[in-house]
Amino acid sequence: MAYPSRVAQVRLKNLTKQFDGVTAVEDINLDIADREFMVLLGPSGCGKSTLLRMIAGLEDPTEGEVWIGDLMVNDTLPKQRDVAMVFQSYALYPHKTVQENIEFPLKVRNVPKPERAAAALEAASSLGLAEYVGRKPGALSGGQRQRVALARAIVRNPAVFCMDEPLSNLDAKLRGETRAELIALHQRLNSTFVYVTHDQVEAMTMGTRIAVMSRGHLEQVGTPQDVYDKPASVFVAQFVGMPPMNILPPGSLEPGPHVVGVRPEHLHFRGDGPLTMMVQLVEKLGHETLITGVIGDKRVVVRQDSEESLPAVGDRVQLDAPEATRHRFDAITERRIDA
Amino acid sequence: MAIDQVHGARKVGRYALLTVMAIIVIFPIYMMVVGSLKPGNKVLVNPLLPTNFTTSTLREAWSSGHLGRALWNSTVVSAIITFAQVVTSILAAYAFAFLKFPGKSLVFVAFLATLLVPLEATLTVNRRTMQDLSWINSYKALTVPFLATAFGIFMIRQVFLQIPKEMHEAASMDGLGHLGFLWQVAVPLSRPTIGALTLFSFLSSWNQYLWPNLITTDAKYNTVQTGLKSLKQASIDKPNLVIAGTVIVAMPIFVVLIAFQRQLIRGLTAGAVKG
Repeated sequence: MAYPSRVAQVRLKNLTKQFDGVTAVEDINLDIADREFMVLLGPSGCGKSTLLRMIAGLEDPTEGEVWIGDLMVNDTLPKQRDVAMVFQSYALYPHKTVQENIEFPLKVRNVPKPERAAAALEAASSLGLAEYVGRKPGALSGGQRQRVALARAIVRNPAVFCMDEPLSNLDAKLRGETRAELIALHQRLNSTFVYVTHDQVEAMTMGTRIAVMSRGHLEQVGTPQDVYDKPASVFVAQFVGMPPMNILPPGSLEPGPHVVGVRPEHLHFRGDGPLTMMVQLVEKLGHETLITGVIGDKRVVVRQDSEESLPAVGDRVQLDAPEATRHRFDAITERRIDA
Repeated sequence: MAIDQVHGARKVGRYALLTVMAIIVIFPIYMMVVGSLKPGNKVLVNPLLPTNFTTSTLREAWSSGHLGRALWNSTVVSAIITFAQVVTSILAAYAFAFLKFPGKSLVFVAFLATLLVPLEATLTVNRRTMQDLSWINSYKALTVPFLATAFGIFMIRQVFLQIPKEMHEAASMDGLGHLGFLWQVAVPLSRPTIGALTLFSFLSSWNQYLWPNLITTDAKYNTVQTGLKSLKQASIDKPNLVIAGTVIVAMPIFVVLIAFQRQLIRGLTAGAVKG
């Protein structure tokens, strides 16, 4: 099927969505480059899925514009947007075989039968589904169903792939494997991917850029390393990174009215350190150890190599963090102040 | 071993109870069939046993009751009503399950409320309407008032509501419009329930008595139930003729029920357990 434009740059301009007066997404401006793997990351209810659904055409914006290539698509039906979507629940047709599921978008577009059968088989083979094409989705595992959903998206050769938490129903091992497959798929297809997740590991490993969202707003857009190294707000600092960044109250680590953020791996035990922590928990994870305690009423986590000497629960220890590893945020707006 | 014996005894008890209940249900049907296969003067001799076997009673009932015509009329009327009820129920159920429009809940409740109004309460008004339309003694009068059913709409809507929203959205991404999704996805997924509705509609229109009796005076438009009434009036001295007529008009229903019993049970239990 010929689409008006194959340039798959996605631009969101002042995009707002309200449901019965409740604002789900507010005044979002975001440029997603052609062939980029953009991850929309945020907690449940932050508006990331709503944003994706507006790109796909499944929700109409209350205000603002959605552009795909050089076309404003606000009034364009989902089927005419050159966008394919992979859903969290896969949304396969249970009464159709794998082959029929995959070729269904082509059938609806009146592609001749031999052509669509060949395309479906090719898509199935590329995802290791060739031997399952005669089965119905009910006879497949979760991972196989997920790949059928991907094949159904691939077969249309869309300019933009929208994916709404497609790995969240898989177990941890399969999630890791499929993550790698998706990265390879993006490189092979050379299409624009917009991927929604609440899992920061997925975001960090898959995205060429990450858009972190909170309460309907964009908190930060950047490469995974940028977002990790220079979080734009306290929210981003604590959402990206596991364990999350420690946020210390003004004046505790250094003078000034600002709060200071320090990643757990940057906190070190030092006899004359300015911070005093009461150790509450020591978790040995094999390659590293997490030491959790409190400084005043703040919970703090320190990450140490397991070989280092470790404190015991109940110990009082002194901590410090190198100047260069400290992140400073405005105590009121919680935005980064040393950008 | 003791547990096995208790389970075995329970099983025997359960089957015995089911057998007794089956006999109670089947007994009148058995009596009806036996009665229809006896000559008129022998119907009360050994009523439980199929003695003096003959098909003459059945043949007489067929000809004197004009049951061939009645069967044809009932088939036509039931087919029209069933087809229309299934189609209108599917279309309306789709609107209530998948479309957004103002006042949807209110309209749905209004549809459901019609289930609370008994047929008898509307008979006079409906008959008057038929008379005003000059539809008395016509297939239109026998069918048009029953082309839609709130029960069918409710039944299909409930099964449509079980279809995940994402599947509807995936279909719209794949390029399907409303009708495409309805016929290519929603209807195939709801086949057991639609099959059950088809049976219910067919059975209820086949068994209609009051309305056809009220709306037809010409024997040409007799359905099986009004045909049986005419047979009864014409053969007051031959009770087994009516029995034979009943056997004849019940035959198609038995065939339909036996052929579609699995569909009926699946439809009745659809959605009862998590799939």
